[in-house]
Amino acid sequence: MKSYNILVIGVGGQGSVLASDIICETALLENTDVKKSEVHGMAQRGGSVVSHVRIGEKVYSPTISLGDADYVVSLERMEFLRYMEFVSKKTILISNAQKIIPSSIINDAELYPDKDINLYKKNFKKSYEFDAFEVAKNLGNPRGVGVVMLGFLSVFLPFSKENWEKAISFKVPKKTIETNILVFRKGLEIGQNRLK
Amino acid sequence: MKVILSGNEAIARGAYEAGVKVISSYPGTPSSEITDVAKGYKEIYCEWASNEKVALEVIIGASQSGVRGMTCMKHVGLNVAADPLMTLSYTGVNGGVVILVADDPNMFSSQNEQDSRHFARFAKVPMLEPSNSQEAKEFVGRAMEISEKFCTPVLLRSCTRLSHGAGVVSIADRVEVESKGLETNIPKWVMVPANARERHKIVEKRLIELGIFSDESDINRIEKGSDKVGVICSGVVYNYVKEALPEASILKLGMVWPLPLNLIKKFSKMVKKLYVVEELDNIIETELRSRGIKLGKLDRSFLGELSTDEVRKLFNKKLPKVSTVENLPGRPPSMCAGCSHRGIFYALNKLKLYVSGDIGCYTLGLLPPLSAIHSTVCMGASVSMAHGIDKGSNGEYAKKSVAVIGDSTFLHTGINGLLNSFYNRGQSTVIILDNTITGMTGHQPNPATGISIIGEPAPKVDILELCKGIGIKRVQRIDPFDVDQCLKVIKEEVDSEELSVIITNRPCIFADRTVIASPFYIDKDKCTGCRACTKIGCPAISWLKNEKRAYIDESICTGCGLCIKVCRFGAINQRGK
Ligand SMILES: Cc1ncc(C[n+]2csc(CCOP(=O)(O)OP(=O)(O)O)c2C)c(N)n1
Repeated sequence: MKSYNILVIGVGGQGSVLASDIICETALLENTDVKKSEVHGMAQRGGSVVSHVRIGEKVYSPTISLGDADYVVSLERMEFLRYMEFVSKKTILISNAQKIIPSSIINDAELYPDKDINLYKKNFKKSYEFDAFEVAKNLGNPRGVGVVMLGFLSVFLPFSKENWEKAISFKVPKKTIETNILVFRKGLEIGQNRLK
Repeated sequence: MKVILSGNEAIARGAYEAGVKVISSYPGTPSSEITDVAKGYKEIYCEWASNEKVALEVIIGASQSGVRGMTCMKHVGLNVAADPLMTLSYTGVNGGVVILVADDPNMFSSQNEQDSRHFARFAKVPMLEPSNSQEAKEFVGRAMEISEKFCTPVLLRSCTRLSHGAGVVSIADRVEVESKGLETNIPKWVMVPANARERHKIVEKRLIELGIFSDESDINRIEKGSDKVGVICSGVVYNYVKEALPEASILKLGMVWPLPLNLIKKFSKMVKKLYVVEELDNIIETELRSRGIKLGKLDRSFLGELSTDEVRKLFNKKLPKVSTVENLPGRPPSMCAGCSHRGIFYALNKLKLYVSGDIGCYTLGLLPPLSAIHSTVCMGASVSMAHGIDKGSNGEYAKKSVAVIGDSTFLHTGINGLLNSFYNRGQSTVIILDNTITGMTGHQPNPATGISIIGEPAPKVDILELCKGIGIKRVQRIDPFDVDQCLKVIKEEVDSEELSVIITNRPCIFADRTVIASPFYIDKDKCTGCRACTKIGCPAISWLKNEKRAYIDESICTGCGLCIKVCRFGAINQRGK
């Protein structure tokens, strides 16, 4: 099997850790090796959160090497900029158009780095941006941003839809299984349309 | 069956499968989740102890009673538990004892990045170091076997990358281990000098025997590659070496103390050039050099973490050119909206006091705009440092300073300092930020919470009565959201020539969700743009530059009401009121 290095990036409280857990669970269902690494602790307090997920025949290091990310999934519009060192010309960016203004510029939101976002998107092989928050909200699950993004990501990975959905049911709170599957399917549909 | 487990979940699972009966721990990142997960196994008695020394002593007792016990702590926790550890090495164990210690290279959430492998050498006890979740699980069982076979406590070392990483693990059933019964053996367990002298001989002999075990056990293994380069490594570093130097021969150490010297000598003969790659201090390298083993020199820093790329660099491999983006607006952690600590720091900032800080969520009081923490060293130190400031200035600085400490930290080691200040006629002012929970490490209950580890009602220490019971006269509770009261009381107590204790009375917003009230909003017409409300550092309040007025994000606001206390224009109102 080909190996995949996926960086899942978000802001504390957005569900990026859950999203990376779901990728791992799906990989397990697909019978491949997988490792994940993240640093939490400050996650609850609105900090930047990054999870490295590595999938392959045999994975040693839990972290991705410089320039070696295949996919960067950014749950917030600017957050991927913090992790550009993992990006090279093979990397595909999938990002949420939603902005969450960092606390350091909360009093001057104009400093949000829109320019850098446009500039650095050129470093990727390809980049896709869509408003996953809007999608999640419209389907009645505003906390489902991460799962919408997984739907889009799933278009690129050789995992079955059944296993993705099984992993989601396994990982999300019981009461939210249905709405999470719903937003996952929507993300997948958006991805398929974009790739057409 | 195969499952995905974080390193911490795997360690908890390992304890379960190895028949562990008692776990007593004090929380600390990155080790806390082990006990938080283990409490779900009903076969294991789990508790949050009041500090790491207590936790280890509880496990010594559990071992004496005949069963397997484990305690989990972060690296600095082992400093606190070092006293029992050093002599437990002499007594040895009855039921197996495993001490899990989680290091934090790079200090993702710690005050230092000490290398706990020194403790294995210092205490003359074995240390195992797993490389991934699967080993993390297995090594608990192996550590228990070693503990009982060699009559020694065993250190199991994790680190942030292992504890908070995850991987595939094969799980098995629990194997019950019968209790050996309470051991009565005075020469072994009563460490008076005469007995301890005999036990020390046993410790030295045990270390030699453990060295032979280390040589022979499959916990250390050679992975043959090219004979040009051989690398000795362990723990998470093994993974980086495997990827950075796929061609190299590797001696992977599962047991990092004592070292398998004969195996290492054998390995050194198999390769032309031998290197040690280790994270933080050069413990293995120094030991091997002192034993006359020839090693290649690597230009390695003692700071921070290794990674596959760092190992590549050590061996002069080319790294890809990548870009990074400078000067991005940061997302520094901040006290949560509705945090009960905020009002006190606002008052301390206003009063311009020197604040001896401690460790917990309230350490964030250091950040602007509150900027009201002037020192942080280790848990409990605020109280004793404030006493030293008092004594060092003949009482003068006691009138310009306070100590702040959380409830969990106060009960951990702060109380000892308070006894000392009282006895030695201190005049300092101690503010106990009692949010009823251990917030920083993930909201674990503590002796003053009134809730047990599994969420049931539990006896509750009354911190106010505890302080009064010491004999301190000036003890009172205040409402941290009442800014005027905070300013007045803190001023009075700092001015008084007696030791005083001020205790706050609001729960952590995560400990009691029922305190969340309807949110506040800014009345556009009344807001004068004075910015007073932005000075409390609440993440829900921001400044609208174009409109020159403040704005409250109602989706974040918890309705704590601190902001209305600082608005002089009545421009802040509560929804539905
Ligand atoms: C010796 C030691 N053990 C554990 C820790 C990890 N730790 C950091 S802060 C903290 C406790 C925080 O609780 P509390 O004092 O109640 O303050 P809060 O975070 O709730 O504001 C702990 C256990 C540490 N830094 N040092």
